[in-house]
Amino acid sequence: MTPFSYSRASDAGQAVQLGAMAQAKYLGGGTNLVDLLRETIERPSSLVDVTGLSSSITSTPSGGLMIGAATTNTALAEHRLVRSQYPMLTRSIVAGASAQIRNMATVGGNILQRTRCAYFYDTEGSRCNKRSPGQGCDAIDGFNRNHAILGTSKSCVATHPSDMCVALAALDAIVHLQGPAGSRAIPLTDLHLLPDDDPQNEAVLLPGELITAIELPAPLVGTRSSYRKVRDRASYAFALVSVAAVLAVENGKVTDVRLALGGVAPKPWRARQSENALLGGPATEAAFRSAAEAELIDAVPLSGNGFKVELAIRTMTAVLTSLAGDFS
Amino acid sequence: MSAANNAGTLAAAVGLAANSWGQGERPDPLNRHKHGLVGTSISRIDGPLKVQGKATFAAEFLMEGLTYASLVFSTIAKGRIATLDASAAEAAPGVVLVMTYKDAPLMKPMPLFMTAEKAAGGDNLPIMQDDQIHWNGQPIALILAETQEQADYASSLIHATFEAEPSVTDFEDAKRQGTKTGEFGGGPLKLDIGDAEAALNQAAVSIDAEYSTPRHSHNAIEPHAATVVWDGDSLVVHDASQAVVHTAWSLSSVFGIDEGQVHVTSPYVGGGFGSKTLWQHQVLGAAASKLSGRPVRITLSREGVYRMVGGRSQTEQRVALGADQDGHLKAIIHTGVVAMSRQNALPEPFILATRGAYAAESFKLHVEVAQLDMLANTFMRAPGEAVGTFGLECAMDELADKLGIDPVELRILNEPDKHPTEGKPFSSRNIVEAWRTGAQRFGWAKRSAKPAAIRDGDWLIGMGCATGTYPYYRMPGGAARITLTREGHARVEIAAHEMGMGTATAHVQVTADRLGLTADQVTFSYGDSKMPGAVLAGGSQQTASIGAAIVAAQHALVTQLLILAGNSSPLAGLKPEEVGGLNGGLAELANPGRHESYASILGRAGRDEVAVQQDAPPPLELQNWSMHSYGAMFCEARVNAITGETRISRFLGSFDCGRILNAKTAASQFRGGIIMGLGLALMEETQFDSRNGRIMNPSLADYHVPAHMDVPEIDVIWNDIPDPHTPMGAHGIGEIGITGTAAAVANAVFNATGKRVRELPLTLDKLM
Repeated sequence: MTPFSYSRASDAGQAVQLGAMAQAKYLGGGTNLVDLLRETIERPSSLVDVTGLSSSITSTPSGGLMIGAATTNTALAEHRLVRSQYPMLTRSIVAGASAQIRNMATVGGNILQRTRCAYFYDTEGSRCNKRSPGQGCDAIDGFNRNHAILGTSKSCVATHPSDMCVALAALDAIVHLQGPAGSRAIPLTDLHLLPDDDPQNEAVLLPGELITAIELPAPLVGTRSSYRKVRDRASYAFALVSVAAVLAVENGKVTDVRLALGGVAPKPWRARQSENALLGGPATEAAFRSAAEAELIDAVPLSGNGFKVELAIRTMTAVLTSLAGDFS
Repeated sequence: MSAANNAGTLAAAVGLAANSWGQGERPDPLNRHKHGLVGTSISRIDGPLKVQGKATFAAEFLMEGLTYASLVFSTIAKGRIATLDASAAEAAPGVVLVMTYKDAPLMKPMPLFMTAEKAAGGDNLPIMQDDQIHWNGQPIALILAETQEQADYASSLIHATFEAEPSVTDFEDAKRQGTKTGEFGGGPLKLDIGDAEAALNQAAVSIDAEYSTPRHSHNAIEPHAATVVWDGDSLVVHDASQAVVHTAWSLSSVFGIDEGQVHVTSPYVGGGFGSKTLWQHQVLGAAASKLSGRPVRITLSREGVYRMVGGRSQTEQRVALGADQDGHLKAIIHTGVVAMSRQNALPEPFILATRGAYAAESFKLHVEVAQLDMLANTFMRAPGEAVGTFGLECAMDELADKLGIDPVELRILNEPDKHPTEGKPFSSRNIVEAWRTGAQRFGWAKRSAKPAAIRDGDWLIGMGCATGTYPYYRMPGGAARITLTREGHARVEIAAHEMGMGTATAHVQVTADRLGLTADQVTFSYGDSKMPGAVLAGGSQQTASIGAAIVAAQHALVTQLLILAGNSSPLAGLKPEEVGGLNGGLAELANPGRHESYASILGRAGRDEVAVQQDAPPPLELQNWSMHSYGAMFCEARVNAITGETRISRFLGSFDCGRILNAKTAASQFRGGIIMGLGLALMEETQFDSRNGRIMNPSLADYHVPAHMDVPEIDVIWNDIPDPHTPMGAHGIGEIGITGTAAAVANAVFNATGKRVRELPLTLDKLM
């Protein structure tokens, strides 16, 4: 761990002021950032602790929820309104990490956590374009069972590891940001970047910009939702494939559908092609499978993760078929 | 503790066991002794200390002026260090010493395990003596600092470059370069009886299949650690060890000093599984302490354990079985290739269990070795049997399916009446009884013989079984000292080990019953190289080794006590074999009323204590008998028909392992072995990048072992039939639980799905 200075912000304005220093990093629960410090992948000169910022969960005038970015994953998952109105979000959070980690991890930190690609972590022994731009990627021809099949590039095939973000992507969550140049709000699905030629750039955040809150739109009336995580052991493992789905069916037709995938892409992956294929069409297993295939048509499997294509298609089909069953 | 109270009111004295084993003497009297402490569920005596944080582990010894070590590892598999710039590290805050090959003291390589009686080294390479690199992950620099954080930071400032040389880091390449027959236990891993290939060809029914198992890394909960200090030319090492005397002797060889100048202690160990022997870190810690003149604590990071401490090597196995129409085996063929480093001596001996598993007319067993430039592989819980039973027992399941015979019945059908390849009689083999009892309890009769027949929603359900087996060993080197005080307290000292399995507790029970004492009147001291004996906590042999040593010491003790008792004792005139321990003293076996307490004997003799020390007799029992433990393993697996996820819903182990000394700790040993077997079956795999020999998942996040949710309720039962030829009638039980387990899982998955996976781990992509 490289020496750094530490300060604790009492409000967002102060945090942004402190975070404007070069080489500063915002510190949430530290469940990922401290690991990265230990591995010397992150070498900030100063850490700005933002766990004292808003951790409130309040209803918005439009019937949604505003969630302070310092809210812990546990507090969010356990919140009464989240459990009753956005149960998929609760399910996604409790499917991630361990209870101890969820107790520490914040919503803001969860969104900005970095990939768990082993080659990214192997600072001394492996090449990584994300860690050392231009160095090359040892994952593409190495152990890539856990790596991405959608949205990858020749420079990087790492996944975004979050479960929570997959549910947030399907829920059309909005990310509120505050930075030296002011405040703004963007859809979560626009926050993370695909790797292209510069995989070190992972989000559209401007220098010093801080996530202050996540906003959930009002729950969609008449929908059913689910989060399904497929992994190599029953708990404490990252998703090989995960599916967040919101579905509404009337008279056998799909009237609303929101789908997002985890474990398959460098960002929480909103499956728009599947959604477009389904909307207005029949809510049948065959239609679900065909829509899932439409999303995966662009998949670029690697030597060790070809199974993810079929696994994603099957899991999407099964989740949607099960949800559709609730309408019959 | 009702059991402890019972011990004070024993009806019968426990006589001395014969102080020799294996020549048809009467069994140990403890075999028949059913009313004492042996067999009862006493909680581990080290448990309260551990949960209170009062048990001092190797990395917790405090010393004046202690320094902390951090290591830097190579990133190539073979070649040399071209440049090594330590200037920034040397200038970093708190740094006491940077040690590299340029300034490390002169040291000999470690004596390689199994090459000498007390050799404990995991490899036999020069340690920081030159610029040569032998594996990816070899330590190239050690930093000592005032704090661990300072040492770790300084180690990140070391900059090394390497000149790589051609290396072999791919198993297929290694095989192409040529293989050689593996050697284990002083002989080749090769056995031919009859013409097995011809018998296979002529067999009415046969199967012939390839199985593979990957590399595994050690993940004891306590990473390897040592606190080291020199006192002049004498070295003290507080180690996490399953071989304190071996480690002391081996370190004395490395540093060219007398064995007596090295003192190794290991009071508590957070799991060993074969890994807590001598690796380079203890040597480097001692070298740095010598150079700096300061005490050193060296604690491997989890990554450090993966880079420096070997694990289980990969295997490719062919198993071919030929049988007649009735299912009687005619041929057993078990051959294949394992990966091994150039600097060690353990070719994963996967044929060991096959030698004695089933009756057959012909055998062809053979392990070939392909050499790679990699970290020395080593012992890992049931080396050989853990992965060998995967191949053999899956093949038995495949044969049963082909024959249309129930897999349990096929195994019973081929039960041998003597050791099938050695011809020796069995000392104790009751596996058929274990099969019958286990099948009944598990509800095996409900299994569908037809695969993929039972479904619950998206989940396919199946049952599978397999035989587990592990040898009884007792190595030479056992010895014990017993000190009996005038207060009637006995202290046993033996250079043995407690790694959490309950050794100290079990031997308190044994000693108390032998001497006629209660549990709180006995102390069992261990984990110190200055104590008697050279007892390895390995090969599941420690229980027998300690047991025989205590018997030998008790002979000396009773002889001396009868002399001290003299003519005015009620025991006057009795010979040692005529008395036994009872109610805090000695009593005549034939007439327990004739009794004198230890306090009375010592008091009258004017002695505060009596101390005796004896060596255990040689393990002749192993020459005359085939001695093994057995387990009938049953698994119920659920496989998701959509995703291929496998979850184990039930598991039962039915064991035939001699007399069980402590029901509670034994159940934990069996369960722990089975849990490790579930990991072996479903998820454990060291990701060894064959391009450069680098281990790519050196953490518990990336290297999967079972999490709580992966482990179902595990039922363990045992028949408690004592072996008439062993101390206490007992067998060691530390390793058998992992054997057979992976095959039971794979066979249950086949029964659930109809898919036969022959390549571990059984990940979902293989079942989709």
